[in-house]
Amino acid sequence: MYRTKFSDHLVLILGSLFLCMPVVVAFMTSTHTAADIHMNGLSLAWGDNFIATYEKVLTQKGGFTGDITGARMVMNSLILGVGFAIGKILLSMMAAYAIVYFRFPMATLSFWVIFTTLLLPLEVRIMPSYQVMSDLGLLNTYSGLIVPLLASATGTFYFRQFFKSVPEELLEAARIDGAGPFKFFIDILVPISRTMIAAIFIIMFVYGWNQYLWPMMMTTDESFFTLMRGIKSILQVWVGSNIPDYNEAFALAVLAMLPPVAIVVIFQSWFIKGLTESDK
Amino acid sequence: MAAIDISSVGKIYNGGVRAVTDIDLDIKDGEFIVLVGPSGCGKSTLLRMVAGLEAISEGTVKIGDRVVNEVEPADRDIAMVFQNYALYPHMTVRQNLEYGLKNRKTPKAEIDARVAEAARMLEITQYLDRKPRALSGGQRQRVAMGRAIVRKPAAFLFDEPLSNLDAKLRVSMRGEIKRLQRRLGTTSIYVTHDQLEAMTLADRLVVLNGGKIEQVGSPLDVYHTPASTFVASFIGSPAMNLVKAELQGDRLAIGPSQISLNGYAPTSGAVTVGLRAEDLRVVSSAEGMPFTVEYVEELGSQRLAHGLVGDQAVTIALSGEAEITDSMRLSIDPSKLHFFDAETGRRLDVRAPATAVAAVAEPVA
Ligand SMILES: Nc1ncnc2c1ncn2[C@@H]1O[C@H](COP(=O)(O)OP(=O)(O)OP(=O)(O)O)[C@@H](O)[C@H]1O
Ligand SMILES: [Mg+2]
Repeated sequence: MYRTKFSDHLVLILGSLFLCMPVVVAFMTSTHTAADIHMNGLSLAWGDNFIATYEKVLTQKGGFTGDITGARMVMNSLILGVGFAIGKILLSMMAAYAIVYFRFPMATLSFWVIFTTLLLPLEVRIMPSYQVMSDLGLLNTYSGLIVPLLASATGTFYFRQFFKSVPEELLEAARIDGAGPFKFFIDILVPISRTMIAAIFIIMFVYGWNQYLWPMMMTTDESFFTLMRGIKSILQVWVGSNIPDYNEAFALAVLAMLPPVAIVVIFQSWFIKGLTESDK
Repeated sequence: MAAIDISSVGKIYNGGVRAVTDIDLDIKDGEFIVLVGPSGCGKSTLLRMVAGLEAISEGTVKIGDRVVNEVEPADRDIAMVFQNYALYPHMTVRQNLEYGLKNRKTPKAEIDARVAEAARMLEITQYLDRKPRALSGGQRQRVAMGRAIVRKPAAFLFDEPLSNLDAKLRVSMRGEIKRLQRRLGTTSIYVTHDQLEAMTLADRLVVLNGGKIEQVGSPLDVYHTPASTFVASFIGSPAMNLVKAELQGDRLAIGPSQISLNGYAPTSGAVTVGLRAEDLRVVSSAEGMPFTVEYVEELGSQRLAHGLVGDQAVTIALSGEAEITDSMRLSIDPSKLHFFDAETGRRLDVRAPATAVAAVAEPVA
């Protein structure tokens, strides 16, 4: 048997320090005052401004119009992340179901057409998307934030591959058991896809949560600002002799990390199962 | 319970592959039919057409007195057992058994009663609340059978249900399937490529070859009077020896040796002769065919000697204690010979001669 040596631990410790330090530094720095940070730079020591900073970030109304709080931004980001993940899963499961289980003319062609949208991320089609949303009057709405992001093939692709690996006999047994297309989908396909759904939920949630460019274009009304925009706007106030609120930016960044981390930790076991093990 | 009437059924898959040709088969109510044949001969295709999982390209299938060509699988009143069990992995055993009944809006009390009965019959009562993942292969197979039984269908369709099990379990499950079918009296069609399974289960055996019926008959009929060299080589283990020979009047020439037929010759000229390994006997007289042994297989109760008669491969089966030397002489009762047309491979029938009785009563050795 292999005996772990001191050097093995050393490598691992260095690796985890390398990954963790920036987060620790960000958190520690956020507990100092802005002036302190401006003079002394980043800090590894605990400051005495923790409560004040976080309270301010979460509750103080900021922005130009002064009606957006950190809590509101967290909320907006959550709506975007969760809404996007759920919408994506619904759409892509149904699309994959149609492509895999129904024989319709040009099914393969439609799959590849959907698939090529992978090559066109939102950023490429951002102007036309904006135009469409604007014509539909969906600027500054949650639907406008979420819907254009839904149109991409990642989820459909994953679910297609998964459905294709489900043994054909399961469908045949269900047909003999009197399950129609709708019942088969709800009673059998959805339950056996649940680890896959969990995995895709995490990936999509993080993707939605991290959106920056699209929300920035879409929303001019500050009550729709997401966390990512909030962090940016704090650092934009470098006017006159003002010191940017470094501590608040760091605090927001730390806050922005928490929900994705929480989701990954909670769904971790499911997530790994979904990506590696097929439960059939 | 119902009879199944398959008439002139054929299947052409998309892309023009012809899998099954002109199958006629009348299955009586309660009969156990086994479809047997080598891989790719169209057994599953035929079964799946009866099940409704595959469209019927030609001919008609009747279950009871209803033509079911256009009927959905669920409405054909059949149940199917698959090779890989096809249990719903996320449901418990009980839910697996209940699912088909629930979809048919069976009353709850009736469902419970039927599930309990099937579980008792198959001895899976203690597993009812487990997921299929937590069962062994044999137990999963029982659940799959249970799922078929609870429906009380007109017919059971089995597609190689035992081929994922180990040899010993296969034998015991085989017995169980037979017993259950007897007890329930449900018409059954069973697909297998294992000739032993086919022989032991079938009321009637259907041997398929290249999408066509080669022979239909009771297992013993098929064994004793194979209709063609294909059936002869497929049914029985070890496979029947098929050798080229020449009929010269009342004598049969196999290579250099001659066998006197005592009037059993069906025709004259070149034929293929079938000799069952267990019908060949070792004799000491110089009359017998010379046989050189190449190697011996020990089966415990039997010893199989593989070797050559002339230049043709022949296998003989001897009792466990029999002595085997490098070269021996063989003889066979002429009434045990099978003759096949040298070209077509079809059986050539022998009309038993009047003298045959005497020949049988007086063994050569
Ligand atoms: N979906 C299909 N499309 C085209 N050809 C098919 C299809 N399914 C089966 N075939 C062909 O039909 C023939 C019969 O197939 P079938 O599955 O009935 O064989 P089988 O007797 O069940 O064999 P096995 O013992 O291997 O299961 C084969 O030649 C096969 O290649
Ligand atoms: Mg098959």
